[in-house]
Amino acid sequence: MDNQALTQGIREAASRLLAEGTVDCVLGYQAGTVPMRERPFFAYNPEEAQRLIWSGFCCNNLADFLIRRPAGEIGKVAVVAQGCVSRSIVGLIKEHQLTREQVHVIGVASPGMLDRDKVQALVGPDKVITAAAEEGDELVVEGPGFNQRIARNKVMRDNCYTCVQRNPVIFDELIGGESEPTHGGVIDKVAAPWERLDPAGRLAAFAENYQDCIRCYACRDACPLCYCHVCFVDESSPQWCGKTQDESDVLTYHILRAFHCAGRCVDCGACESACPQGIKVRRLTSKIEKDVREFYAYAPGLELESVPPLSMHRPDDPQGFIK
Amino acid sequence: MSETQEFEPRIAAFFCNWCTYGGADLAGVSRLQYPPNIRAIRIPCTGRLSPTFVLQAFRQGADGVWISGCHPGDCHYIEGNLFARRRFTVLKNLLEYVGLEPGRLHFSWISSAEATKFQQTVIEVTEAVKALGPCRFLRKDIGMVA
Repeated sequence: MDNQALTQGIREAASRLLAEGTVDCVLGYQAGTVPMRERPFFAYNPEEAQRLIWSGFCCNNLADFLIRRPAGEIGKVAVVAQGCVSRSIVGLIKEHQLTREQVHVIGVASPGMLDRDKVQALVGPDKVITAAAEEGDELVVEGPGFNQRIARNKVMRDNCYTCVQRNPVIFDELIGGESEPTHGGVIDKVAAPWERLDPAGRLAAFAENYQDCIRCYACRDACPLCYCHVCFVDESSPQWCGKTQDESDVLTYHILRAFHCAGRCVDCGACESACPQGIKVRRLTSKIEKDVREFYAYAPGLELESVPPLSMHRPDDPQGFIK
Repeated sequence: MSETQEFEPRIAAFFCNWCTYGGADLAGVSRLQYPPNIRAIRIPCTGRLSPTFVLQAFRQGADGVWISGCHPGDCHYIEGNLFARRRFTVLKNLLEYVGLEPGRLHFSWISSAEATKFQQTVIEVTEAVKALGPCRFLRKDIGMVA
């Protein structure tokens, strides 16, 4: 199903839900002010619902906004959810941030989202892109003096290549039917690229990967898992993490941010898409999720019943490293 | 530290109040000798140990970190050490993945009756950290800790 049809389907579903009064608000995407910058949108009435859209650049994780609603808003919300967003919703329900009844999931099968940085790099960093539209498996990029067709699977986000659950895992209605469950990439092969290095090499690779970090916390704010009222980076007594861009502070921040997602991260890639510096923010979370799969045979966000792996224990958990 | 002196590591040692801390006490009253490189920090349970403590130790100049608590099944709070075990597994793998040398971060289960195991483990941990030399991992203020 093409984007126009999906957009139409989302708008119809949203208008219906708002007109019926089933929900107070529909959380979806609207076009950004520049191409390839689709952004979250809150539709409160059927007229506003006509601004909702669907495209391959819907990279924000909308589950993030389900738990960050303005104070006083308590009604039911509908949310447009592709596979990863639905997995995040499952995680939030599990962590008691949300109940299943509070959310109406408008499921959309994800075709694999696109990375605007990769598109820009492919077209040329100095080119101004004025329009980008998807036609089947291709992306048509236009600008002054050029018109380029790019294969969709060349410019997908890293996490979308290895996604194994593109269809929503929970939904109240599904727009446009299901898609193939996987793109065929294997996450375990690419999750931990620094494993082949020695400790000094690992530290160098780690520091290099995050050297451009400006500590804007976009990765934290884009993450639906980061909902603590006071974040460890904002605590000052004791101060766990300095405020500077020193290597030590930057690396401490990223280690702890990743650790806080252990056994919870659904690999939606919102952190990486949000990063203004183009840092491969998923390097640490993918490694942790790989360990969690290996040690505790657990993949987060797939169903509502299981207990998150770091909230439970078994008598025979691995402990070879403990004296 | 001058070049001629032998390197003496500083090791932050987090001990559970109900077991290893008692074990250290027993080692003391039993006159068991062990290297003076550890700085004992008492915590109520290994389950209380947040990974931020470990990073903070390295940031502030520790050359090694050692965490010790009750044997599985002996936790004063029934299961604190079992949750901690899962957390340590993930943490140790993560830190070693990002460049912490194996041998800087140690874990052990030592009961309050195991003074000899305590003594042996201090020796083991100290030797392992000493062999690796001063730690640079995440160290924040070199001037402050020199």
